[in-house]
This record gives sequence, C-alpha cells and structure tokens, in this order.
Amino acid sequence: MLAKEIAEILHAVPLTKWDESVWEREYSHVFATDLMSDALALIQDNEESTVLLTGLCNTQTLRTAEMLDVRFIVFVRGKFLLDDAIEMAKNMGLVCLATDYTMYDACGRLYEKGLTGIYGKHSA
Amino acid sequence: MESILHKEYTVVQDDYVNAGKVSSDIKSTLAEIGISPKVIRKIAVASYESEINLIIHAWGGKVFMDVNDDGSVALVFKDPGPGIPDLEKALTPGWSTASEKARGMGFGAGMGLPNIQRVSDEFNIESSPAGTTLSLLFRSPV
Repeated sequence: MLAKEIAEILHAVPLTKWDESVWEREYSHVFATDLMSDALALIQDNEESTVLLTGLCNTQTLRTAEMLDVRFIVFVRGKFLLDDAIEMAKNMGLVCLATDYTMYDACGRLYEKGLTGIYGKHSA
Repeated sequence: MESILHKEYTVVQDDYVNAGKVSSDIKSTLAEIGISPKVIRKIAVASYESEINLIIHAWGGKVFMDVNDDGSVALVFKDPGPGIPDLEKALTPGWSTASEKARGMGFGAGMGLPNIQRVSDEFNIESSPAGTTLSLLFRSPV
C-alpha cells in the first residue's frame, strides 16, 4: 500500500515536510506499540516496508525507528511531536504522520485494507 | 584479533534528552566503514538498549566500541553501580524494574537484556554492587 493511501485511510496529517516521492513508497506491514523495547525486540525483518503506529510522542520513538531502519511513523490518538522532535525527525529522514484515531481504530482500518502485522496474515 | 578503530563515549544517568546519541554515532560510524547493514542493525539495537540501561538503571557509565581486523565489532558497557541484584531474572523476558519515568519514555517492557542477548554473537555480563560490565561481540562477514 502506498504511503499516501495510508495517510488517507487514517485521515492523517504530516508532521514533517518531505519530498513528494515519499508518498509513492510501498508499505505492507504494521507494528503497533507504545513500548519501544517491544519494537526493538520484535521488528526483525521488513523494516523498510513496516509502519510503526504509536501513541508515544517523544524522541525515543524517533531513536527507536532510527536504530531499526524503520522510516514511517504514525502517531495515534491525536498526538503531535514538539518542535525539537520534528527537527530531529527531519534530520533522520523519517516520515511522521498524526491521526486522531485511537490505536485500535487505526490498526483496524489498516488491517481491513490489507496491511498485515509483522508476521504476515493471520492463518485463522 | 586486533582493534583497528576504537571509540569511547560517556553516558549520563537520567539524561533522557541525549538518550540514543551514542548508538546513533556508533551506527553511522559503522556504516561509514562499510559494515553490512544487517549486522549494523543488530549492533544498533543492542547498543541502544544497553545505552538506555545505563541511563535508566545505572548511575551512567562508559561505552567502548572496537572494530577488529577480522571485521567483528566489540561493544563494552561499563557502569559504576548499583549492580543487578538478580541476573537470572533480568535476563527473563518481561521482567523489569524500570521506574515510572523510564516507562513513560517507552522502556521497561522487560525485553532489554533478553533482546541484547538475542542479537549478539557473544554476550557476557558481570554484575556486583560495584558495577556492571556488559561485553558484546558481533561477527561480520568480511
């Protein structure tokens, strides 16, 4: 799914400015957490096609994404980054969006449209 | 095995503002000298978790990085205390003694040390009330 489609599904607004080509990047997996240690432990593959969904709005979320080579973060529950964090995200080349949806609703909307968790589709 | 590149860093207790800067520098240094991205990613994850441990659990500490002539990378995290009372529990996924402040920063999931151990090729930890030394080695295809 294209980044711009994810933004539309979540009615998300960009927190950082970036080149228009970023909207054409493809993403296929989602990892949703407020615990960065869980992200560090569990995102082991497909990092460049993984979207990190989180309600944790601080620089440690950005650092975690940097370490994992995850490039796309959506902040849920209407949260925004402070100015210094936005500057850091820009320097790291991170795509950051914000949506008013809760974590549950944001996950549900993306799952419904075909994005999977980090382990792929449920077999059930 | 000899070190061909050595770097040292200081990490300050409770310095959440700068948390991750050391690991960010280690990551970019290794990228500059051509270590493979997959290995760098493992090193970055282990380094970041260990750096956070110095900030949230220890009284700060030192980080030493060596790139060896066989392509391996050694990281040592050394702190002056207070030590880990029960190492076995600390290595159990889900077990955590992190403060509310640390949890508010997204840590304290009880995944730190087990995750560091998982991504490292060699993992050694020694702890007493006088301090903890965590030594890690990552092999890299030359």
